[in-house]
Amino acid sequence: MLEDFQVVVGVETHTELCTKTKIFCGCTTEFGGEQNTHVCPVCLGLPGVLPVLNRQVVEYAIKTGLALNSEIAEFSKFDRKNYYYPDLPKNFQTSQYDLPICKGGYLDIELEGVKKRIGITRAHMEEDAGKLVHSGATISTSEESFVDYNRTGVPLLEIVSEPDMRSVDETIAYLEKLVQILEYIEVSDCRMEQGSVRFDINVSLMPKGSSEFGTRTETKNLNSFSSVRRCMEYEIERQAEVLSEGGKVIQETRTWDEGRGITLSLRSKEEAHDYRYFPEPDLVPMIIDREWVERVRGTLPELPDARRERLLELGLSAYDAGVITSSKALAEFFDSALAKFSDVKTLANWVMGDFLGLLKAKGLPIESSPVKPDGLSELLTLVENGTISGKIAKTVIGEMFETGQGAGEIVKAKGLVQISDEGAIAGIVDRIVNANPQSVADFKAGKERVIGFLVGQVMKETKGKANPGLVNKLLKEKLEA
Amino acid sequence: MNLTEFTAHELHDLLVKKEASALELAKAFYARIDRVEEDVKAFNVLTRESALEQATRVDERIARGNSIGLLEGIPMALKDNMCTKGVPTTCSSKILKSFVPPYDGTVVEKLAQGGSIMLGKLNMDEFAMGSSTENSAFAKTCNPWDLGRVPGGSSGGAVAAVAADEAVYTLGSDTGGSIRQPAAFCGVVGLKPTYGTVSRFGLIAFASSLDQIGPVTKDVTDCALVMNAIAGHDPKDSTSAPLEKPDYSKFLLNDIKGMRIGIPKEYFGQGIDQAVDKVIREAISKLQELGAVVEECSLPHTEYAMPAYYLIAPAECSSNLARYDGVSYGYRASESSDVVTMASKTRAEGFGPEVKRRIMLGTYALSSGYYDAYYLKALKVRTLIKQDFDLAFAKYDVLLSPTSPTPAFKFGEKAANPLSMYLSDICTVPVNLAGIPGISLPCGFVDGLPVGLHLMGKAFDEGTLLRVAYTYEQNTEHHKQKPNLGVK
Repeated sequence: MLEDFQVVVGVETHTELCTKTKIFCGCTTEFGGEQNTHVCPVCLGLPGVLPVLNRQVVEYAIKTGLALNSEIAEFSKFDRKNYYYPDLPKNFQTSQYDLPICKGGYLDIELEGVKKRIGITRAHMEEDAGKLVHSGATISTSEESFVDYNRTGVPLLEIVSEPDMRSVDETIAYLEKLVQILEYIEVSDCRMEQGSVRFDINVSLMPKGSSEFGTRTETKNLNSFSSVRRCMEYEIERQAEVLSEGGKVIQETRTWDEGRGITLSLRSKEEAHDYRYFPEPDLVPMIIDREWVERVRGTLPELPDARRERLLELGLSAYDAGVITSSKALAEFFDSALAKFSDVKTLANWVMGDFLGLLKAKGLPIESSPVKPDGLSELLTLVENGTISGKIAKTVIGEMFETGQGAGEIVKAKGLVQISDEGAIAGIVDRIVNANPQSVADFKAGKERVIGFLVGQVMKETKGKANPGLVNKLLKEKLEA
Repeated sequence: MNLTEFTAHELHDLLVKKEASALELAKAFYARIDRVEEDVKAFNVLTRESALEQATRVDERIARGNSIGLLEGIPMALKDNMCTKGVPTTCSSKILKSFVPPYDGTVVEKLAQGGSIMLGKLNMDEFAMGSSTENSAFAKTCNPWDLGRVPGGSSGGAVAAVAADEAVYTLGSDTGGSIRQPAAFCGVVGLKPTYGTVSRFGLIAFASSLDQIGPVTKDVTDCALVMNAIAGHDPKDSTSAPLEKPDYSKFLLNDIKGMRIGIPKEYFGQGIDQAVDKVIREAISKLQELGAVVEECSLPHTEYAMPAYYLIAPAECSSNLARYDGVSYGYRASESSDVVTMASKTRAEGFGPEVKRRIMLGTYALSSGYYDAYYLKALKVRTLIKQDFDLAFAKYDVLLSPTSPTPAFKFGEKAANPLSMYLSDICTVPVNLAGIPGISLPCGFVDGLPVGLHLMGKAFDEGTLLRVAYTYEQNTEHHKQKPNLGVK
């Protein structure tokens, strides 16, 4: 059934911009806080108040637009989107309608080595609504409902994609990439569990080979990649079933019931709001001068794609480069470490292996890692110049995570410096050979693998500090003599 | 000495010379209010206690030898759509009857800083929608010149209070004529400043792109003084002009020689009361006599101003008034089973018929499928009207018309016919659409009822309006006439 259809997906992403204050007043945007404490007459929409646009919001919107290859409008304005809902104190949302700040654009995704370009239609600024707290499960079944206006007026950027995704995986890849870019350019903290990024997913099906899109549904307010995945899988199957049975998909807005794992109809096209958009008379239009745009362009960091490309050129595998650039913090950690330790592959192995493993075990974000980039470079330099063995280094990095001490410090304090003195090792080799006549006999009889056992004995004797290469060489010389 | 009859600048002199104290002034005005308010009904609420306390503080400052500001200790009152911290601000609507703002509007703050004494809040047409103050949910304010007639509107309380000597000056708001038309009906001076001159922060919005606060005073000099106190850029109002504030009193010059005055013929068409027309022609002659060069001119798109206004203003009002839903302040209808019913019932019970009419007009005009034909077209007409004025002001320093086609009408005379009521603002509405300043000043009487002379100026050129108005006033006696009130 599913194989008869082609999925077509477009996404509207609402991201809270991480400004210190709200979009139209001076209240903090901080998440949490006691209910209705981050409010003032302006964000409460009391009679007589007027909005004043937060310049930083415009700057973040410009920055996002530039990162998404959009055109930044020279002339832009706000409009009122009128609808009644108790979490919206003015019963209109100040948003942008026909002249959004960012027009057009794209981002590239890669799935199993195949690149695809996903178009961006537009991005516009708007204010967030408050939060309803119900005594029961929903507004209609509750005895009482309360409104928390702390979130009211937190700046949002709504980023609208073209209907360019053709599968669940492509959609997830698009969303991951978008969130990655937003994090990279530091316009949003993208804390999905706090609802700072929310997705509205538009899904339609058309017969395979057709070029005419089917009727779409829009499922609103998903706030995790896993919900998006489950919701899409459900919705695709639901639509496929309707169509296969000769039915018609109804154009409507749906909602995702996380608990039951299904989408439910919220309102049909006929019941859709007429938002009666008109220009916001309390704000003047914006003329965004090109110097400002160029200034903002100058603040853009290296974006994930460029970064990944650079690491590939340095010789990393596509997989490694992908993992390392997956978050800006990790990529920056890697780059800082690379500045003092130039063996890019060894560094990548250590970062992706021991470092991330220990970090995960501690449940720490990279920013609060006890091991800093310089510390890791120092450790790897000790391995590279033979001061310690790779095996010892694994112990040392664990110690570094525990104590926060530097690699050199630990190696010195614990006497972990590798023994590379031939004379010293030769003495131990002699002792071990003499103490294991059976092994020596086995070796002479052709069982060369017993050398491993003998190396192990030497390492044990030296508490792992003996230079393994040297031990091997000396043992062979001794046995073959 | 009857303290309540004086202007602000006269009272300031008395205070400085210590011939009267601020407390005496405040008490005199409350005594006057107690005597005439029963007839006039200008106030929604009186703030006696705080006013007397403020007046005492002004007197203490004077006693300590401090110099005082020009409006310091002067009793005034505000139209009830300007937010006053801790004092009910109702817009004369049932829906805001219980609303007590937690903040002061910018003009309120400015006047308080200047030491003005607020006597109370003034009645108005509900949410400033109307031309007679009959749309107040609380009371019908009467015209002090004839208690059987309306004071005009929507700032009916604000002008009646000044005309009846219940306040030295007041602040009104003007969206389509709401300061000037009642000022004409009650024989006082009323100025609608250029859009963006006076901060709207704290003014409860009717139509955001048209609303402007302005002074209602007993003479042109006071008008300039109040403008000095309330005008100026406000960072809290994005539509307030970032310009340096002029000293408006510098324009109070008794000289209009060579000044070019245009008489737009469209403002003297059908519907103008012949007696009003005659009074205005006399005023024109007077201005010519004083040296002005007067010429007929044309503002060809004038006839489209009314329809454009009645699309734009209701459209904005339909959105501005959406917030009154009973959720977090103001009136809430009882016994609603769900939130949609609560909002509907609250609005059905809380708003009066004219407000509902305009919300419906505006909602319709903005609806999908109608937007282009109505709202968008109205915006285009607005641009044409503005262009008419731009062309005219290339030739003339000011334009002149009657403020309203008729003198004050009787209660109920137009209440049944909204269209005839709307036409009362036909001369004032284009000024709001163009965003330019307009002033109404007393220029004579018809059957004992005041007639207003309407002067329109270039954007941000209140100065020239004040100069022409001042010159006219200095050479006439109309503004010195008083209604016969409170002599029972």
